[in-house]
Amino acid sequence: MDTATNRLANAPTLAQRAYNIRRNALRMGEVQGQGYIAQALDISDVLAVAYFHAMRYRPEDPSWEERDRFLLSNGHYAIALYAALIEAGIVPEAELETYGSDDSRLPMSGMASYTPGMEMSGGSLGLGLSIAVGMGLGLKRKQSSSRVYTLFSDGELDEGSVWEAISSASHYKLDNLIAIVDVNNQQADGPSTQVMGFEPLVDRLEAFGWFVQRIDGNDLDAVLAAFDAAKTHPAPKPRMIVADTLMGKGVPFLEQREKNHFIRVEPHEWQLAIAALDAGRP
Amino acid sequence: MTSKRPAPDLSKPRLTTSAMIASIASEGQRTKPAPFGHALVELARSRPEIVGMTADLGKYTDLHIFAKEFPDRYYQMGMAEQLLFGAASGLSAEGFMPFTTTYAVFASRRAYDFIHQTIAEEDRNVKIACALPGLTSGYGPSHQAAEDLALMRAMPNMTVIDPCDAHEIAQVVPAMAAHRGPVYMRLLRGQVPLVLDEYDYKFELGKAKLLRDGRDVLMISSGLMTMRALEAAKALSDDRVDVGVLHVPTIKPLDAETIAREAGRSGRLVVVAENHTVIGGLGEAVAGLLMRAGVHVPFRQIGLPDEFLDAGALPTLHDRYGISLPEVVKQVKGWLT
Repeated sequence: MDTATNRLANAPTLAQRAYNIRRNALRMGEVQGQGYIAQALDISDVLAVAYFHAMRYRPEDPSWEERDRFLLSNGHYAIALYAALIEAGIVPEAELETYGSDDSRLPMSGMASYTPGMEMSGGSLGLGLSIAVGMGLGLKRKQSSSRVYTLFSDGELDEGSVWEAISSASHYKLDNLIAIVDVNNQQADGPSTQVMGFEPLVDRLEAFGWFVQRIDGNDLDAVLAAFDAAKTHPAPKPRMIVADTLMGKGVPFLEQREKNHFIRVEPHEWQLAIAALDAGRP
Repeated sequence: MTSKRPAPDLSKPRLTTSAMIASIASEGQRTKPAPFGHALVELARSRPEIVGMTADLGKYTDLHIFAKEFPDRYYQMGMAEQLLFGAASGLSAEGFMPFTTTYAVFASRRAYDFIHQTIAEEDRNVKIACALPGLTSGYGPSHQAAEDLALMRAMPNMTVIDPCDAHEIAQVVPAMAAHRGPVYMRLLRGQVPLVLDEYDYKFELGKAKLLRDGRDVLMISSGLMTMRALEAAKALSDDRVDVGVLHVPTIKPLDAETIAREAGRSGRLVVVAENHTVIGGLGEAVAGLLMRAGVHVPFRQIGLPDEFLDAGALPTLHDRYGISLPEVVKQVKGWLT
């Protein structure tokens, strides 16, 4: 067995990556005593595939020109993205314990000027897809083969600007744009489908001219296949992955907790959550 | 809602509402067509990173001239201002320099958060040129950006410019590009008055310029009100009132040193004139800096009132709200007696 194959054989599986991302997120949650942990747990499988299968980047050079861009539109998911950036070696693991603290590079809501590997300032929802359109146009102008990935949440589908961007991505045939919408059916005031209905989402997005796949966002095989298909689809269309996810995924007692936008975790529960996650370690 | 207005007197002659693209030039005034569009084309020849972007107002912001010259560097984003500025941020992140255009009302009011978060907070190199600043449309509040300077100067990282005429706009465009970071420019479009070429004037970002000196009154002004101030100074000299005019095209950062020095010269009434609500624009910016600098002088403001302005013909409205030449002259005289 040559060295390269050896390395590949010893590389962590995507399931292990997803586990590590979840664990990093829980550790940050424990530091701060709060955080959008249920969302972080639901999106970890998507981030594992994005960062350890789909995307091109250099951990030591986060602004490498040839990298794929990743725009976190739902800035409150920063805890999840930091967890992935730590796992990817872009953010040092030692900084994990600064999460949400004064002078940290890991603020609770993601901002471009704070964190290596963070491409935009989120927080105000509905911004990411518009920026992604501009980046997609810019990459095409430069004849770059890099892609723009953007993650946003189902609640953001309420924002008119998201649909402005959805129209324009199709108008400009942005086949270098891969958007992932996290459908965990929970936003600030309740279940997203009740706050403002967005179904039938696939039909609507297809009618806007997108290549759309709807998957179980916690099924790693399905996520992997969807990213592959999004990258290789031949039509000159922007690509959308509608990922149905389960809040709290991987920590059974959080999966079962009454669903809330901001799930309450008692101080003693963080260690319990880490233990519960570890019990299912791949 | 029922009308709150009395029925008009049909026996009286009346002006009709000025067209959206009406020139602000007075009859017989020297003008230049589309100075912004031509300056941008000129600049873009040597700056390949410049792209033009608009939200369905290319023709109404003189960007169509750029679009015609560089069709493959022009992005029509549709009638979607939030998208326009978000996408401009993205293009800027990829190394391009977007010159974006729309009306001032839509940039400053509708898309404020997008400019704030995706451009100013991220410090993107995006240039924003907005037509119909202040009271330059007779269409009513939907198109009258009476508060755009207040909103834009309150935004950290934003440079704000209110040029006076075609001569100045031609110089502002390359200066915007030379400055790294977001810039908001009030755009005069179409047939734009030509005034400052007679004053040996050169635009410098962040600099106020004394266009004429005077012993009795110092008018501090920006934008088209500098044109009015210069005309008023001529008119008032017939009445032996000696009026100086300090033109302040860069609203932010303000040239505090020059303003404090000129305003501090004793014995003059200081009048700030702006095509903007009296709240939060040049007038209050100057008042604040003079107080902080310990310069205590008689101080008056000419500007738009804190109310939703009427629809109608521009000359009528400029008279009604005190920013026409006769009204400026009348107000200054009144303050001197």
